[in-house]
Amino acid sequence: MLNRYPLWKNLMILLVLVIAGIYAAPNLYPDDFAVQVSSTRTTEVNANTLTQIESALQTSGIDTKDVALQEDGGALVRLGTSDAQLAAKEAIADQLGSDYVVALNLAPTTPDWLSSLGAGPMKLGLDLRGGVHFLLEVDMAQAVGQRLDVYVSEIKTKLREEKLRYRVVDHLDDGRLAIRFVDAEARDAASSLLLRTYQEFLVDSQDVDGDAWLYVNLTEQTIREIEDYAIKQNLTTLRNRVNELGVAEPLVQRQGRNRIVVQLPGVQDAAAAKRIIGKTANLEFRLEAGPDASRATTETYGFRDTPERTANLEKDVIITGSSVSNAQAAFDENGMPQVSITLDAKGGQMMSRVTRNAIQRRMAVLFVEHKQRTLVQTIDGERVEKRIPYTEKGLISLATIQSTLGNSFRITGLDSAQESSELALLLRAGALAAPIYFVEERTVGPSLGAENIELGTLSVKIGFALVLVFMLVYYKVFGLLANVALTLNLVLLVAVMSLMSATLTLPGIAGIVLTVGMAVDANVLIFERIKEELKNGQPVQSAIHSGFARAFTTILDANVTTLIAAVILFAMGTGPVKGFAVTLSVGILTSMFTALLVTRALVNLVYGGRKLNKVMI
Amino acid sequence: MATGKIYNFMGVRKLALAFSLILMLVSIGSLAVNGLKFGLDFTGGSLVEIGYEQPADLEQVRSSLQTAGFQDVTVQTFGSPRDVLIRLQADHDPKLGDKVLQALEDGSNQSLELRRNEFVGSQVGEELREQGGLGMLLALFMIMVYLAFRFQFKFSIGAVVALVHDVLVVLGFFSLLQVEFDLTVLAAILAVIGYSLNDTIVVYDRIRENFRVLRKGDAAEVMNTSLSQTLSRTLMTSITTLLVLVALFYFGGEMIHGFAMALLVGVLIGTYSSIYVAANALLMMNITREDLLPPQKEEGEEGEELP
Repeated sequence: MLNRYPLWKNLMILLVLVIAGIYAAPNLYPDDFAVQVSSTRTTEVNANTLTQIESALQTSGIDTKDVALQEDGGALVRLGTSDAQLAAKEAIADQLGSDYVVALNLAPTTPDWLSSLGAGPMKLGLDLRGGVHFLLEVDMAQAVGQRLDVYVSEIKTKLREEKLRYRVVDHLDDGRLAIRFVDAEARDAASSLLLRTYQEFLVDSQDVDGDAWLYVNLTEQTIREIEDYAIKQNLTTLRNRVNELGVAEPLVQRQGRNRIVVQLPGVQDAAAAKRIIGKTANLEFRLEAGPDASRATTETYGFRDTPERTANLEKDVIITGSSVSNAQAAFDENGMPQVSITLDAKGGQMMSRVTRNAIQRRMAVLFVEHKQRTLVQTIDGERVEKRIPYTEKGLISLATIQSTLGNSFRITGLDSAQESSELALLLRAGALAAPIYFVEERTVGPSLGAENIELGTLSVKIGFALVLVFMLVYYKVFGLLANVALTLNLVLLVAVMSLMSATLTLPGIAGIVLTVGMAVDANVLIFERIKEELKNGQPVQSAIHSGFARAFTTILDANVTTLIAAVILFAMGTGPVKGFAVTLSVGILTSMFTALLVTRALVNLVYGGRKLNKVMI
Repeated sequence: MATGKIYNFMGVRKLALAFSLILMLVSIGSLAVNGLKFGLDFTGGSLVEIGYEQPADLEQVRSSLQTAGFQDVTVQTFGSPRDVLIRLQADHDPKLGDKVLQALEDGSNQSLELRRNEFVGSQVGEELREQGGLGMLLALFMIMVYLAFRFQFKFSIGAVVALVHDVLVVLGFFSLLQVEFDLTVLAAILAVIGYSLNDTIVVYDRIRENFRVLRKGDAAEVMNTSLSQTLSRTLMTSITTLLVLVALFYFGGEMIHGFAMALLVGVLIGTYSSIYVAANALLMMNITREDLLPPQKEEGEEGEELP
C-alpha cells in the first residue's frame, strides 16, 4: 500500500521525539539566582558553615528559596531575585570573611527525575547572562628569551669547566646566542661540545673581523616546546587564579598558538578580575651583600615605598615564589598587613641551608613584576601597537635573620590589606611562566544580558507565530502538518543543543529564528512538488509519494551546501558567532529530519492507505 | 508534462543583466570610495555602553567626557535614547568603564548603569578582518567544488557568480548607508551565502531535471519552464524567511539589528539572483543539453578538473 510507514518506523520516530522532548524539557525551568560558597585550601564548607550562612541571611532579612550543601563540597544558596542575590552575596562574604570564596551564580532548577537522565538546560553565553570575557596573548618572545638566558649561564659554566677560553656569551635580540672565542681552535672544540650536549642547538661558526664567533640557534621544535610549556604553565596558573577569584563555571582555554581565553560568567568587577589575572608578580628571597662583596656579584635595588632608600643584595637568589606552597594574608601584632608563607620541602631545605650560615645578616624580599608599556605609533597611516616589556623590581622588606628559617615564616612591610591579600593570592596561584597582555575584553552587564534574552525570545515567538499562520493559510491541512513538524523541529533543535551542552548566544537565538524560517523550506519544496504532480494528473497517493521522493535530492543538495557555509563559520568564528554557526548547523540537520521523516509520517497517518480523490493543499 | 503558466523570465535577461551590473558597480564604487564602516570587532579600540534613566543629552555627555580628559570620543545613542554608546581610541585600561561611568555621573543627576564595556586590540581586529575574508573565500570555493561534483562545472560557476553578486550587493548596501559592519554582520553574510545558495540549487536542480526530461525547446525555454515551476516555492520560502527576519529586525534588539538587516537585504537579493543571475549565467556560458548527458561520467571528470 502506498504511503504507509511500517509500525516500527512510526515507533522509531515517536521514540526520537519523546527523547527530544525529555532533553529539551529542562529549558522550560528558569534558573534560580544563586550564591555559591566554596572553600579555600585551609577551610571546609560543612553544616557549621551552613548555619553561619543562614544566620547571616536572617540578620540581613533576606529571603531564600533554599540553602544546601553540594556534592562537590560547596554550599549553594538559591534566591528569588537578582537584588536579593547581590545582597546575599555581601552578607555572606562579610560573615565568612576571606577564608571562603563567595560567588554569584545561576543555578538550574531541573527536576531530579530529568537530571537523573542526564538532561540539563542549554548554557547561556556571556552576552545573555552577563560577565567578562578576556583574550590574553602570551609573550612568546619573552618565554623563549627567559630560556635563552638560562642557556647563557649554562654555557658559560660548561666552557669554563672544559677550559675553553671565550670572551663573551651574549643573548641577541633576534633570538640567537653569540659566543666570541679567543681563537678558532677553542671555537671548534666548543662547537662540537655544545652539539654533543644540546641536541636542540643549531650552531654556526663565523669569522668576523678576525674574531672567532659561534652563533647558536634553537631548533624550531625546541621553540615550539618552550612555547607549549609557557602556555600550559600559564593556563594552570590562570586556572588557579580564577579559582581563587571564586567564579562559578569559569572557562580558561588555549586559543591558537599563543592566546588564552578567559571567560568569567557573572563577574561584574572586571577591573578587579583583571588585576588578579594579568599580574605577573613574583617574589625573590636574597641575602643582603656583605660589605666586602665584589661588585660583580651584587645588585642594588630601592624599596617600593621609599625608592630613595636602597640596599645592596647578592645576585644569587635563595628561592623564588614558585617554592611557596601556601600563603595567607593576615595582620601582625601592630595591626600591619603581613603574609604568612609556607614553603614546599625543597624550598624549605634551601632556606634553612642558607640561613643557617647567615644568622644576624639581613634577608631581602624582592617584589618582581613584569610589565609593559604600549606605544601606539602611526606608521604609513596605520595604527601599530608596540609593546615594550620591562621588569620592575622593588624591595618589600629587609629583615635581620634571627634564627635558622624553616618551612614557614612571615613577610611584613606591605602597604595595605589589599596588597597583602593579593600577594598571598598570587603566591598561592603561582607565577606566570611568560608575561601576558590583554588583547580583547568584553564586559556585559547583567541587565543587558537579561534584556537580550527577553528580546531574543520575543522575536523567536513572533517570527514563529507568523510562519505558523502563513503556512496554515496557504497550505491548509498540509500546512497544519508542516506546523506540527516545525514545532517538533524546534523541540529537537533545543534538545540537541542541550545534549551537546552548546552555549546559547544572542546570535545563536538569531540562528534559531533563521532556522525556523528556513526549516519551512523543505516542507514547501515537498508540498509544491505534490501540487505539481497533482496538476499533472497523477492520482493523489502517487502524487504524495513522488512528491516526497523527488524533492529529496533537492533538499539534500540545498542543505549540504548551507551546511558547508555553517561549518566554515564555526571553524573561523569566535564566541557569539560560533554560537550562531552551531544553531544553524544543528538546525539544518534537525529540519531535514523533521521534513523528510516527521512530516512524511504525519501525512501518511492522515492520508496514507486510503482511496482519495482530492486533497486540500 | 508542463502544465501551469510558464513565465518568460529570460525575455528580460538583458535588462536583468544591466540591473545586476549597475548594482554591482555601485557596490564596488561605494566600497572603493566610502569603504565599510567597520565596528569595534574589526578596528580595535574601546567601547562603553551606559544606560541612563531618562533620555541622555549627548552634548552634555560629550562635554563631560572632554572635561574628564577623554580624547577622540564618538558618542551616539544605541537603540533607545536612554542608551549611550561611547567609542574611544584609548589604550587598554582595565578601569576604563568605571572611569567613563564616573565622569558621566559627575556631570549628571541621574543614576547610570554600565551596561557593556569592550576592548579589542588593533591586532586582533586586523586578524578578524583577514580571517573573515578568508572564510568567505573558502566557503565559496568549497561550495564550488561540491557543485561541480554534484552538477557540472558550469553550474558551479553560475552559482558562485550569483553568490559573489549577493555578497557584493549586501556589502555595498552596508557601505552606501554606512551601517556598522561588525562580526554579527559577517556571520549574517555567510548565512546569506548559505541561503542564496539554497535557492540557487533548488532552481538548478530543476533545470538539470528539465534538460533531461524536456526533449524540445532551447536552453532559454528550459530555464523559463524550470524557473516558473519553482517560482511558488522560491517565493514561499523567501516570504517565511523574511517574516522571521522582520520579527528579528523589529523585536530582536539593537545588538542584532545589523545582523537582521544584512539578512533582510541578502534574502531579497538572493531570491532575485537565483532567478536572474544564476540562470542567466548558465545561458551566458552556453549551457546545452549535452553538458548534462551522460551525467555520471562527465560530472565526475569535471569535478576533478577543478583547481
